[in-house]
Parts: sequence; C-alpha cells; structure tokens
Amino acid sequence: MAGAASTFPTVARVERPAGATAEPWLLRATLIGIVFVFFVLFLFLPLLVVFKEAFAKGLPVFLAAFQDDAARSAIKLTLLAAGIAVPLNTIFGIAAAWALTRFDFPGRPILITLIDLPLWISPVVGGLIYVLVFGAQGWFGPWFIDHGIRIIFAVPGIALATIFVTFPFVARGLIPLMQAQGTKEEEAALSLGANGWQIFWRVTLPKIKWGLLYGIILCNARAMGEFGAVTVVSGGVRGRTNTIPLHIQTLYEEYQFAAAFAVASLLCVLALLTLVIKTYAEWRAEQQLAEAARAPESLSTLNSQPSTSR
Amino acid sequence: MKRFTLPGFGLTLGYTLVYLTLIVLIPLSALFVKTQSGGWDHFWNSITSPQVVASYKVSFGLSLVAALINGVFGVLAAWVLVRYRFPGRRFLDAIVDLPFALPTAVAGIALTTLYAPNEWIGQFFAYNQPLGAWLAPHTPVGDWLREHAWSKPYLGRVGLKIAYSQIGILIALTFIGLPFVVRTVQPVIQDLSLDVEEAAACLGATRYQTFTRVVLPGLLPAIFTGVTLAYGRAVGEYGSVVFISGGIPFQTQITPMLIISKLEDYDYTGAAGIGFVMLVASFAILLLCNGFQAWDNRRKGVA
Repeated sequence: MAGAASTFPTVARVERPAGATAEPWLLRATLIGIVFVFFVLFLFLPLLVVFKEAFAKGLPVFLAAFQDDAARSAIKLTLLAAGIAVPLNTIFGIAAAWALTRFDFPGRPILITLIDLPLWISPVVGGLIYVLVFGAQGWFGPWFIDHGIRIIFAVPGIALATIFVTFPFVARGLIPLMQAQGTKEEEAALSLGANGWQIFWRVTLPKIKWGLLYGIILCNARAMGEFGAVTVVSGGVRGRTNTIPLHIQTLYEEYQFAAAFAVASLLCVLALLTLVIKTYAEWRAEQQLAEAARAPESLSTLNSQPSTSR
Repeated sequence: MKRFTLPGFGLTLGYTLVYLTLIVLIPLSALFVKTQSGGWDHFWNSITSPQVVASYKVSFGLSLVAALINGVFGVLAAWVLVRYRFPGRRFLDAIVDLPFALPTAVAGIALTTLYAPNEWIGQFFAYNQPLGAWLAPHTPVGDWLREHAWSKPYLGRVGLKIAYSQIGILIALTFIGLPFVVRTVQPVIQDLSLDVEEAAACLGATRYQTFTRVVLPGLLPAIFTGVTLAYGRAVGEYGSVVFISGGIPFQTQITPMLIISKLEDYDYTGAAGIGFVMLVASFAILLLCNGFQAWDNRRKGVA
C-alpha cells in the first residue's frame, strides 16, 4: 500500500487561485480607500470634533462644565433614569427570551414583532404617547395630578420614555442566542431534579452571560443618550428635568460651545466604552455559541470512544 | 419529545405580556384614541396642512436618499471588511456601530460643527465665496480672490451650504443609518461560499460577471432588509437632525420637529394626528422589512 501511494505524485495542498475569487489589487486598494474616506468623514471626524471642541478653551473651561449645578443634576437624573430603565428592561428581556425560546406557542412570531416595535417608532412619537396617557389632558394624567404626582415634565415621565425607547435591546440580544443554544442542558438539569430557578442561575445564565452583557450595554448606552423621547416628556426645566443630552442642547443653544462639547465628550467616552465592551462581549458570545455547537459532537465522541476501543 | 418540559412558561410569558401591554400597547392605543377625539376634520386638517405635507417630503424623501447612500457605501464597507485584510480592519469593524452607541444629540452638534459655514469642513464649501477661494482656501491666491473677486462676477461665486440645509439633514440621516446596512449584509457575505465564485470563474465568467450575476443576487434580500432598516430609523430620527437642519419651515423642517412644535402650542390632537401618520408609516416600513426577511429566509431554504 505504502509503495503504491508513493508512485503517485504528491499532491500539494490545494491553494485557491486568488484571481478567481478576489478583485485585482488596484480595485481592492480603491475600494478600501473609499471605505476609509467614508469612515473618516462620517465616523472619525464627528468624534474628533467633540474632543477638540471640548478642550478648545482649555482644561479649566472643560472642568468647569462639570462643576456647574445644572450639569451635576443632569448627570444625576440620567443615572437615575438609566438605573430604572436598564434593570426593568433586563428582567423583561430575560423573561421574554425564556418564554420565546424555551416554548412554542401560537402567536410567537407576532409577540417577537411587538417586542421589536419600539425600535421602529420615532422616539418623538414614543414620548408623545406618554404625554397622551399621563399629560394634563391625558387618560390618567388628571388622576395623578389630583393626587399630587407629576409624571409628565418630571422624573417618572423621563424614566418611562427611556424604558420605552430601550425596551427591546436585552430581549433582542438574548432571543437569537438562546434559540441557537437550544434546551438540551436545561432538560438534563431538569431530569437530575433541579428546579426552575436552579436551572436558570446555574445552567442558563452562565451560558448566556456574554449575550446578556451585550444587550445590557447597548440598552444602557441608549438609555443614557436618549434625546427625542425625553425632549417631549421633560418640559426642559433646567436643573430639574434636564438629562445629560438635554443639558448639552441647552448649553449649545446658549452658545456655550466649549461647555456643551465638554459634557458631550463624557457621552462620547461612554459610547466608545460601549463599543469596546460590545466587541468583546460579541466575541465571547460567539465563542459560547461555537462551544454549544461543538458540545453534542464531543459528547457523542466521548460516548463512542470506549465502545470502539474495546 | 415533550414540549412543555421546562418550568416557567406561565410566569415568563405572563410577565412579558403584562410588561409589553403596560409599556407599549396601552400608550400606543392612547395615540389612536386621541387621534379620533378631535373629530375627523381636525385630524385631516392637521395632517394635511401645507407645512406638515412639506415636512413629510423632507422626512420621507431625504430618509430614502440617505438609506440608498447607505445601501451603496454600507454594502461596500461590509464587503471590504469581510473580504479584504488590511491594517486597521478590526478597528473599522468595531467603529461601524458608533452611530448606534453615540447619543443622537452628540452626533447632532458634532455634525453641525463639522459642516457649518466657517467650520471644519463647511468652510471649504462656504456659501457665496469666489470660486478660487473655494478651490484654494487659506492660500495667498485664495485670500487674494476672496478680497478682490467680489466686484468681478466673471470669477464666479459658488458655494454649498451644508449645515442648515437639506444636505445637512441628509448627512445626519446617513450617519445614523450606516450600521444597519453594514451589520445586515456583513454576515451574509461571511457565509457566501467561495466555491460558487470559483465555479463561475472556471466556467469563464469575469470577476465583474461573477459579482453581478452570482454574488449580488444572493446579497439582495439582505441589502433590501438593511436599507429598509436604515430607512425606518431615518424617518423617525430627531436628535441628530434637529441641530443641523436649522428648522426652516417648508425647507428643513422634519416631521418629528412638527410634533414637538404642536406640543409646545398645546395642540395635543394635532400632535397625535401627525404622530399617527408617523406610526402608520413605521408599521408599513416594518411590514416591508419583514417581507424582505421572509424572502431572505426562503432563499436560504432553497440554498
């Protein structure tokens, strides 16, 4: 056998002929160049502008922008709104993903579409609907006002609008991941006598943690940066119902450009941080998915190995 | 295999439905009811007044142009990011999502500062400058022309107002739509089989023919889906547009800005009417997108 094989010319490892599936280098370089220019114009320059303008009048002016009472209360309010919206949407996202990926029931596709709905609706309309429900002329507004609770033009309204705009992010991050991972491990845990909470905390959560983090990070970035919906429900009382983006608008319209960009640079850093964590979490989520895809194979090879060796 | 093996169906579905109803469905139904409350005539007048109709043209028209620009550059970016290896590729890939993560108000003031006359990029296009000063800014020739050409019309005065014009709105809408096209098309290019392209090349197709007849048809559903997503996002966009548009009625006023101005006038039924039109448009775009996705799934099923 070995002698017969050696008479054949050794076949070199097949290299794909590059010309067949790639563009000529000149075209390739041109396309890369166009994409570079496009990215510089649309993505890099806006970032650069924010930081350059933030420090245009020097470090003292930059720092003074954060010493201001209005800026501080805006930061507090943004943290509060995100602190309410992100946990609530996270709990919802996990519940929705569990219901939609662990069970099959009629109306499932419609429910997925409904969860996505806030992404399609203009943030301004998102704010408007809460004004129509809780405003002075709205459905429940008069009742709340009679009981001394202000919702629109106050903190609860801002929190509600933020919840609406960031509603689908965690669910959207989890549903495809949990769908792809399947339920085999959960069923195994169930057969070993684990209850629902044990299954979730010890089996499901470790499997989905990176996908979950990815959803939470996006949800948080949008919650802290939301502008359109919050504009409608805030009423813009400076120092009371201004979030960071609204404070930036106020400063910008008062021609305090350096201060406006200084505060904006804070959100820029948040956005860049979000991108870094997102890229990392996405990478880890893909790894987890790949592991899940490999797992049945490795299990079956483990099972089959003893029998073949015997 | 039994279907309802795992626990928690009632709890999770129940919670999902209650939360969805409270946060999304009840407030949305308020919009429908409020739209009816002012009577048909008021509703019809508020959604068809000339200023509102002009804003539809700006919002829906410019969003379409922006989505198409993204259709071209987004697909190109996705192709380059998947197929080519060059320094900085990973960095470009990570930064594609910037418009998604960057708060719209920050994007708005940054783009305005870039493109306002006398600012970063805007100065090169500044309006009503002599042609030479436009072509050669900050040079002795340009300065000389700027000083002396005003009385000599034959030297020509051209310029382009970017911020506070429709071009500015277009730039903002292109900015926010970019990730949608790239991120929709990218995985599809990733999954393309090189074998098919090789087969086409073996059969004598040129690279151009392979791309237009073999590769592109496979990408089309994803491209349409991405463009529709970008369009849907652009139509409702407010934060990044409000600063750069200038808000001139009949010219650079987008529909969401009109909703806000109606609210400021305490015209709630008028605002609800325009909001209703935007909501119907959102539903229509959503259905269109679902249609393209179904087409994409059918294609994958066939392949």
